[in-house]
Amino acid sequence: MKSNFTSFVRKETLHILRDRRTMLIVLLIPVVLMVLFGFAISTEVNEVRIAVVAPERTDGVREAVERIVRNDSFAFCGYITEDRIDPMLRTGRVDAVAVFAPDYDRRRLQAASGTPQPPLIQLILDASNVNTAGTAAAWLQGVLLGEASPQTLFETRMLFNPRMKSAFNFVPGIMGLIFILVCAMMTSVSIVREKESGTMEVLLVSPVRPFRIILAKMIPYFAISCIVLILILLLARYLLGVPMSGGVAGIFAMSLLYLVLSLALGLLVSTIARTQVAALLISAMVMLLPILMLSGMIFPIENLPRFFQWVSAVVPARWYIDAMRRMMIQGASMADVWVDGAVLLAMAGLLLGVSFRKFNDKLE
Amino acid sequence: MNEAVISVHELTKRFGDFTAVDRISFEVFRGEIFGFLGANGAGKTTAMRMLCGLSRPTSGCGRVAGCDIVRQSEEIKRHIGYMSQRFSLYDDLTVRENIRLFAGIYGLSRRETGTRSDDLLRRLDFASEGNTLVGALPLGWKQKLAFSIATLHRPEVVFLDEPTGGVDPLTRRQFWEMIYEAAAGGTTLFVTTHYMDEAEYCSRVSIMVDGRIRALDTPAHLKQQYATRSIDELFRLLARGAQRSE
Repeated sequence: MKSNFTSFVRKETLHILRDRRTMLIVLLIPVVLMVLFGFAISTEVNEVRIAVVAPERTDGVREAVERIVRNDSFAFCGYITEDRIDPMLRTGRVDAVAVFAPDYDRRRLQAASGTPQPPLIQLILDASNVNTAGTAAAWLQGVLLGEASPQTLFETRMLFNPRMKSAFNFVPGIMGLIFILVCAMMTSVSIVREKESGTMEVLLVSPVRPFRIILAKMIPYFAISCIVLILILLLARYLLGVPMSGGVAGIFAMSLLYLVLSLALGLLVSTIARTQVAALLISAMVMLLPILMLSGMIFPIENLPRFFQWVSAVVPARWYIDAMRRMMIQGASMADVWVDGAVLLAMAGLLLGVSFRKFNDKLE
Repeated sequence: MNEAVISVHELTKRFGDFTAVDRISFEVFRGEIFGFLGANGAGKTTAMRMLCGLSRPTSGCGRVAGCDIVRQSEEIKRHIGYMSQRFSLYDDLTVRENIRLFAGIYGLSRRETGTRSDDLLRRLDFASEGNTLVGALPLGWKQKLAFSIATLHRPEVVFLDEPTGGVDPLTRRQFWEMIYEAAAGGTTLFVTTHYMDEAEYCSRVSIMVDGRIRALDTPAHLKQQYATRSIDELFRLLARGAQRSE
């Protein structure tokens, strides 16, 4: 009985290896996504072009401008006159303009000695991209006032991701997406393909137990997913510099749990879908959309309307991504994310139970 | 010759109020080519699924290759071969890989697999095609290969579900020669087909109408009994009385 199982696993592996294109896509997608999200798509503020309006170019003004020039995130576009502010912003030649008050140096000293002052610098920003403008404004304030600013009332410190790299945030999201793609979508399509081509019939008439047929199908996809997992973790660590301070063992354990869950989901889809196209569509509608919208991958769950917050609780990726974020970025340990783990475990158990049962029912 | 390999008694399958197979009884003997005819929806497939151990009968009993179809449905699967109308090998595997897979499924040892697959390839004149992807073979070749693989584990009974669908007449002819050869070697063949000329090649045929077996005998006897010139004519005569269609 053992030999028929291994010959099955070999068959499934051959199917996958023969299908070079799919194989390549599966391995390339994570890499492309990682690089894309890591470098190209970012919500960080880079290259904010800034012009300065200063009636008098005093030492204080010059020092502030010098700080802008030296900062990598800003590009200094020169001094302009007041009437150029609007046209420059409107034509998009600059992103922000800092207007220094006349008498800047003297009033700054007065402020330092405790005399209340009206604003010293006015910041005018192009807020057509709200996020960028908000972040840029906050940063500019800090840079313009200088570190030794006497007016600093707040001390802000960004923990876990001090450079505010958005890539850190995307890596767990990508993982949540990729594994569903590889495990759930590909297993469901491969099972349905056998139903479509009629080979499933032949397998069912053979002495192989249906349970083994399915298990044999899952093993190669599980193996591929593990390779992808290692690939992603290596890229995250060495290309993007994600800290992974929570320990690789915990990250692996949680990911394996998520893989099993995804496989079960794929099996469930295969019992519902009759054609490969249907399997793809169901995977896309039922799995990808919620992951993109409701898992916290892109939009923070706290910002969703209350109703969708409730819906998001049944999206497995939400729990997985949350756990990954905390373990990879915040340095949480397995014990800290036990709630996520417990929810995923319960979901995996439930899905496995339901899908095996449904699969057996279908055979009758 | 008179040893019954398949015997069923009052076999019935109901789905809700619908009786797909209605108390059929028959026997098939060793080395026979048994033609199982019937229009679409007459209950052929349902009956065949019960014989293969895929579906439990609602009532009635039967034995296939010495196994009880209700209590030993898993055991049956080791003793039968099956080939369906839809092509049932893997296109993206080579001829040898397909052979090895099915040899593995039926638990043949490595040595048996080696000798039997060499033997199979030689008989089919496929020796040079062992490493060709099955998808690249012409349909007729695939069909012959599928039959050979279905009999690789030397089953007592082979179920052929419309094996020659969509195949050209010459290949059909060659295919039937393989069936004869297998029958001569003592294998029992249970064949459903849409081609009535093929029914004439069978040792005995049964014709199912509305879930019941309306006629069962050798082709010659049946034609005599109903005074028809061909099985085709007889089939149409009986099928005209059918109440249900697909």
